Amino acid sequence: MAADSAHASQQSQDEETRRDFLYLMATAMGVVGTGAFAWPLVNSMNPSKEVLALASTEVDLSPIEVGQSLTVMWRGKPVFIRHRTEAEIAEAADVALDELPDQEADADRVVKPEWLVVGGNCTHLGCVPLGQKTGDEKGEYGGWFCPCHGSHYDTSGRIRKGPAPENLPVPPVEFLDDTTIKIG
Amino acid sequence: MKKFVLTAAAAAVTLGLGIGAASAAEALKAPSKTWSFSGVFGTYDQAQLQRGYQVYKQVCSSCHGMDLIAFRNLADLGYNEDELKAIAAEYEVTDGPDEFGDMFDRPARLSDYFPSPFANAQAAAAANGGAAPPDLSLVAKARVGGPDYLYALLTGYEDDVSEEVLQQIFETETHKREVQYAAAMEAYEVRLAKYQEKVKTDPTAKEPAMPEDPGPVESVEDLGLPDTASFNAYFPGYGIAMAPPLSEDIVEYADGTPATLSNLSADVSAFMMWAAEPTMDQRKQMGIKVILFLLVFTGILYAAKRKCWADVH
Amino acid sequence: MSEHLKTNNALIKWIDHRLPVFSMMNETMIDYPAPKNLNYWWNFGSLAGFALVVMIVTGIVLAMQYTAHVDYAFNSVERIMRDVNGGWLIRYIHMNMASFFFIVVFIHMFRGLYYGSYKAPREILWMLGVVILLLMMATAFMGYVLPWGQMSFWGATVITNLFSAIPVFGEAIVVWLWGGFSVDNPTLNRFFALHYLLPFVIVGVVVVHLWALHRFGSNNPLGIEANGQQDKIPFHPYYTVKDAFGVGVFLLAFSGFLFFAPNFLGHPDNYIPANPLVTPAHIVPEWYFLPFYAILRSIPDKLLGVVAMFASIGILFILPWLDRSPVRSAKFRPVYKWFFWLFFANCILLGWVGQEAAEGLPLILGRLATAWYFIHFLVVLPLLGVMERPKPLPVSISEPVLSGGGGLAAAAAKPMEKA
Repeated sequence: MAADSAHASQQSQDEETRRDFLYLMATAMGVVGTGAFAWPLVNSMNPSKEVLALASTEVDLSPIEVGQSLTVMWRGKPVFIRHRTEAEIAEAADVALDELPDQEADADRVVKPEWLVVGGNCTHLGCVPLGQKTGDEKGEYGGWFCPCHGSHYDTSGRIRKGPAPENLPVPPVEFLDDTTIKIG
Repeated sequence: MKKFVLTAAAAAVTLGLGIGAASAAEALKAPSKTWSFSGVFGTYDQAQLQRGYQVYKQVCSSCHGMDLIAFRNLADLGYNEDELKAIAAEYEVTDGPDEFGDMFDRPARLSDYFPSPFANAQAAAAANGGAAPPDLSLVAKARVGGPDYLYALLTGYEDDVSEEVLQQIFETETHKREVQYAAAMEAYEVRLAKYQEKVKTDPTAKEPAMPEDPGPVESVEDLGLPDTASFNAYFPGYGIAMAPPLSEDIVEYADGTPATLSNLSADVSAFMMWAAEPTMDQRKQMGIKVILFLLVFTGILYAAKRKCWADVH
Repeated sequence: MSEHLKTNNALIKWIDHRLPVFSMMNETMIDYPAPKNLNYWWNFGSLAGFALVVMIVTGIVLAMQYTAHVDYAFNSVERIMRDVNGGWLIRYIHMNMASFFFIVVFIHMFRGLYYGSYKAPREILWMLGVVILLLMMATAFMGYVLPWGQMSFWGATVITNLFSAIPVFGEAIVVWLWGGFSVDNPTLNRFFALHYLLPFVIVGVVVVHLWALHRFGSNNPLGIEANGQQDKIPFHPYYTVKDAFGVGVFLLAFSGFLFFAPNFLGHPDNYIPANPLVTPAHIVPEWYFLPFYAILRSIPDKLLGVVAMFASIGILFILPWLDRSPVRSAKFRPVYKWFFWLFFANCILLGWVGQEAAEGLPLILGRLATAWYFIHFLVVLPLLGVMERPKPLPVSISEPVLSGGGGLAAAAAKPMEKA
């Protein structure tokens, strides 16, 4: 009698474990399935194929005189191209690295020293710094000055003073010939 | 799987969906053809798509655009990056305006779309006797029968179509004319009776004209298609403005496949199907995985449901 | 309120004391007592809710990629199909789930008709359901316009022109609907705005629908009120697991279409960009409108056709007062059961007629079927309420056999007798 009821309770316990296991499996698969469904929805908000395909742009440099600048669009944002003067190149090269908040040598930022190509958005909060047009305020270091929160960039586009944490970024640049570059 | 789809489809039909209602305009239904992409496990055949692209490029593209296809999309056909760039560079696209405000031509890049053969729909219509050639990007999904229809159309011109098919069309048309003629005669007799009554009092009454018996349709000429149209067994109304576009050896296939009319038509139809639904392979592969997952998941849920309900009384 | 909430979690208790959401969820989805004899036809309510959620979630993501402008709408949809990551999947889900939503809701409604779920005290529950159906139809119609294909454009033209049948003000109303002198950019924009809005209105009505449901609880296949605890079981886990299983089966059927025939329920003409100069040879609405479209075309008068079409749904509002029989379930109504199936077949027939050209046999059948649709509600149901002799009802859900309720009731209750 006692053995019987022990047997029965053992059986009902087994039943319960099996049931709980099934619930657990079902819940786990439900979570996995929902996740698998949610992922494409989230991923759809990433850049689409035709946006990624527009990743490069070609620029003819020949019309830019020494000392002048040109702003072009790349991936929906401005890129600064400056045809630097000898003085500007020298100034950028002569700075000691330990004076810089974001230490980078000018030589590492250019392909040819007379052509500086940098992203045109302040690394603080994304405003477009002044300094492209001849009359613009160029900041204390002769490069660019961001009017939003007062960041000063030098003639290599490096941050020298102000809240911006990093230098203006250098996009991938390739010289197709002497006066044509491909950005991206 | 196929059976499941069929069952589901049958269930849907019983629910009152009559889908794919036959088009009213008279034309033969395109016979169904077996494609590499037919069925649940079918995929596109890249070699065939490349050949189809060659046919499109060398023949169709002089009149038909494919606005939705970019050169980068051709990677699906199995070309590598360098080949794609070379293909794109063969095309000129209009870009601009440049810094002087002028538009200029330049070789196409991967991100560019196939250039249209005509500047706009009006130019396309004007150059083609008033009927603008449709864009082919989506044509395989925009016609009942899809690639089957396209293949049937391209092989459905008078010289290419079989005698049985012609006879079938002639019989249908003859029958239709007989029915119409009988109806017209009936109406005529009613009018004639009225006239005979009326003419007794009013001698100026006009006698109704007797309808002409159109006679049987025994040849393509009897169909009375307009001069500008070519006969096509599968085009609604049988008269198509497009002259037979393909013929044997009109292109020389790079891979040495014989350029028979049948091959040319099948290849370019497959290419158009790809253009309309480039994600089909991906979709089917994902579908098989999802259904396997759901089968296991639903099985577990069923077991859980059974266990859960076992003690309900 | 929170005395039934069993939890040891202090945070949950703290929140629940101030905002009893957990108690509410517990009462509506966990402990909620449901009749223990609900069959699988009762799964379709939760399935409809599931479909609504899927539609809203996919729709929001699609709206982020869609451009509501006549020049860009068609290509923006194709961009979703080709360039957006997983865009083809999301759009095909949205497209096919719309059809499946209607399948589920139609079955849900026929279940209500068969088991008399609209009868007292659930009249308002039923009427709210009809409101949801109307909102769904409006939403689906406007959604079909958004891709701006040929069927979108001509469907919009034909359906909005229905309002021109209204005497005196008809023309002015149609111009107002269009925001111009034809279906054009203003029309597309407002349809997009409303297509985005209405699903949330549906959610609101669904909440009220559930509120009304929980007032008296679900009807059941026997159509008698559940008596006390022995007739009821808690919603969780019994019906949560059963509904989840239903969702699994539903998704299997759905996946068959989604992955292997995603355009089966659509129309090829909608892959041709809208062209106001060329009407497609056959204008056919989406399948779920076909029975109503058939009613519209069966009546040779423009205004009366429109009136009949709207009346075919409007009549559902007064159904609880047309059917006077005190017995709910068709199980115990031997004559009504036959008329139910006749009515069901009639609806299928109307659907078939709706997609045929309105001439010859389909036209005649359509007129007969339309007449029968209204006769069923206006003549058959009131007469049956008086003339039909229902079978004896069981005493309770738990004891149908003891009631001597006849073979049918006993057989129907049998599956529940295992244990």
